[in-house]
Amino acid sequence: MTSSGFARRLIALTRKETRQMLRDRSNLIIGLMLPAVLILLFGYGLSFDVRDARVAVVLEDSSPATLNAVAGLAGSDYLSPIWLHSMPEAEAMIRAGSADAILRVPSEFMRDLVHGSGQLQLILNGVDSNTAQAIEGYATGAVTNVLDHLSDRSDTRITGPEGIAMVQRIWFNEANNSTWFLVPGLIVLIMTLIGAFLTSLLIAREWERGTLESLFVTPVRPLELVLSKLAPYMVVGAIDLIMCLLAAKLLFGVPIRGSLGIIAFSSMLYLLVSLALGLWISGVTKNQFTASQIALLVSFLPATMLSGFVFDLRNVPLVVQGVSQILPATHFMTLIKTLFMVGDYWPEIVREVLILSLYAVVLIWAVRRKLVKRLD
Amino acid sequence: MSGDIIRAEGLRQTFAGPDGGRVVALDDLSLSIRPGALTALVGPDGAGKTTLMRLFAGLLGPEAGRLSVLGTDVLADPQAVQDRISYMPQRFGLYDDLSVQENLDLYADLHGVPMAERQARFQRMLDMTDMARFTARPAGKLSGGMKQKLGLACTLVRSPDLLLLDEPSVGVDPLSRRDLWSIIKQLVEDEKLSVVIATAYMDEAERCAEVFVMDRGRLLASDTPDGLTARAEGLTYAAVPPAGMPARALQARLIDRPDLITDAVPEAGRVRFIRQPAATPDALAGLLGDIPAEPRPPELEDAFMMLLRQQGEVPPATVPADTRIAATGSAPGPVIVVRDLVRKFGDFTAVANTSFEVARGEIFGLLGPNGAGKTTTFRMLCGLLPATSGHLEVAGRDLRTAWAEARARIGYVAQKFALYGNLTVRENLEFFGGAYGLRRKALQQRIRASLEQFELDPAAKSGLLPAGFKQRLAMATGLLHQPGILFLDEPTSGIDPLARRAFWRTITALAEGGVTIVVTTHFMEEAEYCDRIAIQDAGEMLIIGTPREVRERAALGVGGATVRNMNEAFIAVVEQNRARRDNGRAAA
Repeated sequence: MTSSGFARRLIALTRKETRQMLRDRSNLIIGLMLPAVLILLFGYGLSFDVRDARVAVVLEDSSPATLNAVAGLAGSDYLSPIWLHSMPEAEAMIRAGSADAILRVPSEFMRDLVHGSGQLQLILNGVDSNTAQAIEGYATGAVTNVLDHLSDRSDTRITGPEGIAMVQRIWFNEANNSTWFLVPGLIVLIMTLIGAFLTSLLIAREWERGTLESLFVTPVRPLELVLSKLAPYMVVGAIDLIMCLLAAKLLFGVPIRGSLGIIAFSSMLYLLVSLALGLWISGVTKNQFTASQIALLVSFLPATMLSGFVFDLRNVPLVVQGVSQILPATHFMTLIKTLFMVGDYWPEIVREVLILSLYAVVLIWAVRRKLVKRLD
Repeated sequence: MSGDIIRAEGLRQTFAGPDGGRVVALDDLSLSIRPGALTALVGPDGAGKTTLMRLFAGLLGPEAGRLSVLGTDVLADPQAVQDRISYMPQRFGLYDDLSVQENLDLYADLHGVPMAERQARFQRMLDMTDMARFTARPAGKLSGGMKQKLGLACTLVRSPDLLLLDEPSVGVDPLSRRDLWSIIKQLVEDEKLSVVIATAYMDEAERCAEVFVMDRGRLLASDTPDGLTARAEGLTYAAVPPAGMPARALQARLIDRPDLITDAVPEAGRVRFIRQPAATPDALAGLLGDIPAEPRPPELEDAFMMLLRQQGEVPPATVPADTRIAATGSAPGPVIVVRDLVRKFGDFTAVANTSFEVARGEIFGLLGPNGAGKTTTFRMLCGLLPATSGHLEVAGRDLRTAWAEARARIGYVAQKFALYGNLTVRENLEFFGGAYGLRRKALQQRIRASLEQFELDPAAKSGLLPAGFKQRLAMATGLLHQPGILFLDEPTSGIDPLARRAFWRTITALAEGGVTIVVTTHFMEEAEYCDRIAIQDAGEMLIIGTPREVRERAALGVGGATVRNMNEAFIAVVEQNRARRDNGRAAA
């Protein structure tokens, strides 16, 4: 009797939650449209590649030989040279923001080059340090190409400045990979969004509208309320996951080296954690506005900034590393990136799944505690 | 002992107050309630009715005391009680985006109503609430009265052992209120339900077997309605003012003498009053002059007002010392002219072809059921909402062309407390005075005058004031720039009967001073304070006239049957019109 009552009430409540979710258009927009937009935005729009960087090339010596030597710069996809003849002109451009770098070819360059001591000056606009580094890589790369070309033609052995070739290689790899690591990270972001942000409104809304008071004075048990609120959003999360996986495979050709079953399982587990976190926030604040703000601050933003989505956690201060380890998003981020890029690496899977399970259990217990059928 | 359905001993409950202190909601309260009957909890706001209801429903844990409901210790095992009772909170938790039928299904599932019984039960509920036509409509699209009826239907999807209703008719118009009560009455008769109902309406308490009167967390009295009413025996009178004297003028004269008069209200052209037991006939005769006072049979309301007044602390009726308005263009003629006013929202007509005029110094009441178009009319008059078509003139200015000028001549008091809660009384007055263009000396002078007039403490935090004082502060800010016209939107909802008397005393004094007052209210008895009233329904103006004219015409419509008060007149007018409209539709 009791167990059938449980099932009956759970079904009734789940049906109610599902209807509410489907009829609230803003829920569906955040739950399904936004993930689709994010996938396209991160997949196509955003990357760490720098293309067509504007380099002011100052030719202090405009002899045909010099021109010929640096003409190869124009052949790069990554650079678009602007030919100038004086430094002040180039400096003005970089100040005005119409050039990202200056490559100065001194008048004595060709002469010194023959003696093996040709010097070029590269000045970078360091306002955006990421871009500056990328341009440095491309420029040195391009110059090395030019020099190789020159040394092929003349019999003199010309050696480029040391270390340049090394920098170039790192940056080229990076540019090719940015979509690869952004897409798995996106799964983390979307699961966080669905979980914490959407559900943070659910219990708060019932407090605000006074519907909980009526529900409390029925045979409903707190656990039934919690489970019924989790169920429909798990389905939305599953749809989003399928969307992400399809996009990764078909649109972006991201390698999925781990098994799909484990990816799906761990994603659902993380979704459960963030759903429970959202519900808990909602139950504590009892106010939709506060709940959504807090959900944004404690789940979505940290998941973007501190989980290793954009910034490599090994490079951040120890304190921040500590904070990031508290976030469930960090653990899922590590796990999903490994699953995508490396494959089923079991020690890591077991460890992170255990950590996430612990979060899920603790948070669901906390939500259930918050939903004690009392008004005081 | 074992027969009682609820038994409470020494209940005490406090809450954290807004200023950090503790507010006592229930103070050592003991009572026992018998099964199989209708029991009323009455009391002004803040009496602790809702807290007590929530305790019965196992939603709160008291600081002290014992409480058993249906023979179970509700504090130890709330779920056991919740499985057997039905409870309708003040704001019933309907899901706005679920349809009427889906809301009913949800509660039937939660209560485990067997499928076999369900159909018959739903049918009965839908018939009683007259909602069978609307089962597919989302609950959010129902009117206030319909929502309340649906809430009751959801509460009653099964027959509980005890039904708790917390002010089911608050904010509901007289028609919906009557429907709600016929449902409750039918259930009590058919199913021998035990019902506990909290209410602010005395006519509702009168229908109960037993009445518990509460005030500030304590029980003042408990008895049958007749037993309570008998306490006012021999103290109740009615006086008819001479021709030419408005009833409210006489009422004002009486209520200004709390040493002799316990309470006085205008009703149906006369003034009902209760004398203080100690008041001598000579003293009364001196107060009334040559106006004759007839003894009348006491009513439950009289006993209730007596009990409350005996608690001492009579809120001082604020009589504005100097209400004479610095002549803001005292041309004769109406100060508000409305002709063929129409307001549409999309293809929905909220206000249709409305015309009326209001004269200087008049108190004009706008009445109507929920969704009648009162608020829309009101907002157009204040220049907050443009009219779709029609002519609208306030203080001699056409609102279409000179709304800013017109607005400078009106004061507006919103339904909700629209002042800054974390500013002090003085800071609020300074801000709003500044917003109305008052500067330096003039501003300080006006603030001093209003503080005195409304007996406000300038240093008090506005948000922490009791409801009655918040109302006064709102009035004071609305009157700061000495407008000739004051608009009040449901000013008395949510304040208790004593504070309401005091509030109306202020209003009548302002009108004497020449201020024109336009007021909306859903307390029908308050219409008696007005010079003229207008009743709206479904956007149409049904009737305009003095309270007496409205009563008489309503009586004519129901074939000469007695229309005793404004409540009945209102129901009669709205129903006659709806019947006529339905006939017209059937004919067409």
